[in-house]
Amino acid sequence: MKGYAGKYLRVNLTSGETRAERLSEELARKFLGGYGFVAKTLYDEVPAGTDPLSPENVLCLWSGPVAGTPVPVSSKYIMGARSPATGFIGFGIASGGIGSELKAAGWDGIVVTGKAPTPKYLYIQNDKAELRDASGLWGRTTWETEELIREELTDDEVRVSSIGPAGELLSVLANVTNDRNRQVGRSGIGCVMGSKNLKAIAIRGTGDVEVANLDELVEFCRDLYKRCRGPATEKYRVFGTPANVLVHNRLGVLPSYNFQKGTFENAEAVSGERMLETMVKKVTACPSCPIACDHINVVKEGPWAGTVASMDYESLELLGPNCGVADLNAITKAVELCDTLGIDTISAGATVSWAMEAYEKGLITKEDTDGIDLRFGDGEAMVEAVRRMCLREGNLGQLLADGAARAADKVGKDSDKFAMVNKKLEWGAYALRPLQTATLGFATSVRGACYLRSGSYQPDIKGTVDRFHLDRSRGKYVYDGENLYAIIDSLIICKFTRGIYKTNEEFTKLIKLVTGFDMSVDEMIKMGERIHNQAKLFNVKFGAGRKDDYPPPRAFEEKMYDDVNDGAIIDRAEYDEALSGYYEERGWDEDGIPTKKLLKELELDDSLGVKA
Amino acid sequence: MEAKKIIVCDTDKCTGCEICEYICSIYKEKTVNWSKSRIRHVRIEPTFDIAIACRKCEEPLCIKACPREAIVELADGSVEISKDKCNGCGWCIEACNFGALKLDWERKCVFACDFCADLDCPKCVEFCPYEALEFTTLDQVGHEAGKKAFMRIIEELG
Repeated sequence: MKGYAGKYLRVNLTSGETRAERLSEELARKFLGGYGFVAKTLYDEVPAGTDPLSPENVLCLWSGPVAGTPVPVSSKYIMGARSPATGFIGFGIASGGIGSELKAAGWDGIVVTGKAPTPKYLYIQNDKAELRDASGLWGRTTWETEELIREELTDDEVRVSSIGPAGELLSVLANVTNDRNRQVGRSGIGCVMGSKNLKAIAIRGTGDVEVANLDELVEFCRDLYKRCRGPATEKYRVFGTPANVLVHNRLGVLPSYNFQKGTFENAEAVSGERMLETMVKKVTACPSCPIACDHINVVKEGPWAGTVASMDYESLELLGPNCGVADLNAITKAVELCDTLGIDTISAGATVSWAMEAYEKGLITKEDTDGIDLRFGDGEAMVEAVRRMCLREGNLGQLLADGAARAADKVGKDSDKFAMVNKKLEWGAYALRPLQTATLGFATSVRGACYLRSGSYQPDIKGTVDRFHLDRSRGKYVYDGENLYAIIDSLIICKFTRGIYKTNEEFTKLIKLVTGFDMSVDEMIKMGERIHNQAKLFNVKFGAGRKDDYPPPRAFEEKMYDDVNDGAIIDRAEYDEALSGYYEERGWDEDGIPTKKLLKELELDDSLGVKA
Repeated sequence: MEAKKIIVCDTDKCTGCEICEYICSIYKEKTVNWSKSRIRHVRIEPTFDIAIACRKCEEPLCIKACPREAIVELADGSVEISKDKCNGCGWCIEACNFGALKLDWERKCVFACDFCADLDCPKCVEFCPYEALEFTTLDQVGHEAGKKAFMRIIEELG
């Protein structure tokens, strides 16, 4: 079996035992890798009712078959567990060099159970795996942890994924950082690591990575590299994803003031264009990436001078315009705090913006904010709120550390109406009411509030559909996107390269050159459908139903007015119709549960399915 | 004598993608294994990247350091390491100011860049997506720098 290392590592943190297991070809042929393996592992191995923070929760890390090959942006990995934020499937994909390094070390993945009696980190050096003492690392930032581990192991080339203090303090928003600037961001995987006393995973591999047809793959890659330098990726190369700020502002879909508006009067000041001119010190790439989207900002002056952070659109948007903040220095500082202390920037931004709205409405007071005048637009207040939430410091830190939904539960007073969440996870940086296909895709996503599972904003932004209304046909866009993205996320390649593949046949060609697996486009898409349904089944196992597939109340209850929108709102009846249309497209019942017939057809366990 | 061509890296353009390392191992070792690459990417956080290969030094310290006379300088200025004579002691690695030599643990032998001697242009240079790598002479590097400096003055004077 080419493309795969052929084995994965099992780690029991309670007993300290590590052992190798063979990767079966059947698993590879049915679930491909990455996202597919996470969905399968979690569904099979996390018992129903498992508390996400108990030793029984399963934490897994997988690469895909392309990891370690010269395929553009293929060095990625995915981590998964039952999410402490949503209670459903939790996972995040990160770039950097963890996936490729793991493959070179001779492993496809790692499956971790139990809880270490004292803080540990896992060190994998080729065939050797050991748990090492991490008590000296506990309390350290992610950046310090990377450096300290390399120093301890006397090896600058060790790749490290680690959690910061937020993960140790069991914030359900805690992320995992590797290569400084890359994160497994969403759904609280860092919290699960913290609950297991697992501070970090360090990997060093020096072995060969074998593919089915190296000569042809290299020639294909030569062509793909050229395409990566072409128009399909220009946006990412020049301004990075912050190029979206002005585009979204013009369309009225740039969330500001906790999603109350879709335009921001100071958008120019936080645009990708301005950032490139004033903040960006360097543009860097992940291993195997010919695009280079990673824009490293350095703050030049003021109280945060010297601060360094990698800036992308989602982080910038939610900590910036969505908090009313127009100061790139403050936003850069907040991102640095999130990355080093270990909280997802999206959740951080959408939680602080919730708190700002609650404060301005008088639902929380200075007593709750530790004296901070937490108003929209105040960059210093935003930065301090982020720092406190990362460290659970003071009343404000305690209130915000577990996200907007849980904070609203504590505060009450109908403050949940403007907690911008789905499945208790904070919404990505796309306005809901003027992007209604996107909203359907985000709200039905298995991970919760997720912009990365289907690209459902594309028909809205391209103007293929009427983005201010919904109808039964929209489910098809979400369905098609999810099935293809499940393949991209299982291979795992970067979504920024999706535009360089001219046809779906090129994906099957890629799979064949790497793994040797011969499959038609239909078979590949079927595999994507299987993977998506496997992830959905995990959610069904933990009680998911139609109730979990709605956007937050603001989408239905408040009309939106700004420079572009004149009363945009989602009609609940239209949403229900679109939701039913999506379920129908998927072959699920009205409650969003897959039918036994569909599950049989996809060769999945049908015990939780409903009769057609 | 013909001027020596070396691989130079424009650190403003280098993003640290390591594609040079992948491609080197593929062409020289027929496998994907960046630890067997003859060119080495180095990143100094947060904002510096460079890829370094053999510099074809005028007085190669690696040759002086070798206690077994396993390293010889070729006509083009690159070094050849005799697999028979080298026992992997690594003194040459310590001596090299650029980290341009590596030890192959399996073969117990040191290896270095041969600038893809059978080709007109090294493969890493050919594949570098950002055109950060160039196969050129130091004289040309100096000339280009002079041109750039002069262009700056012309632009400033309008």
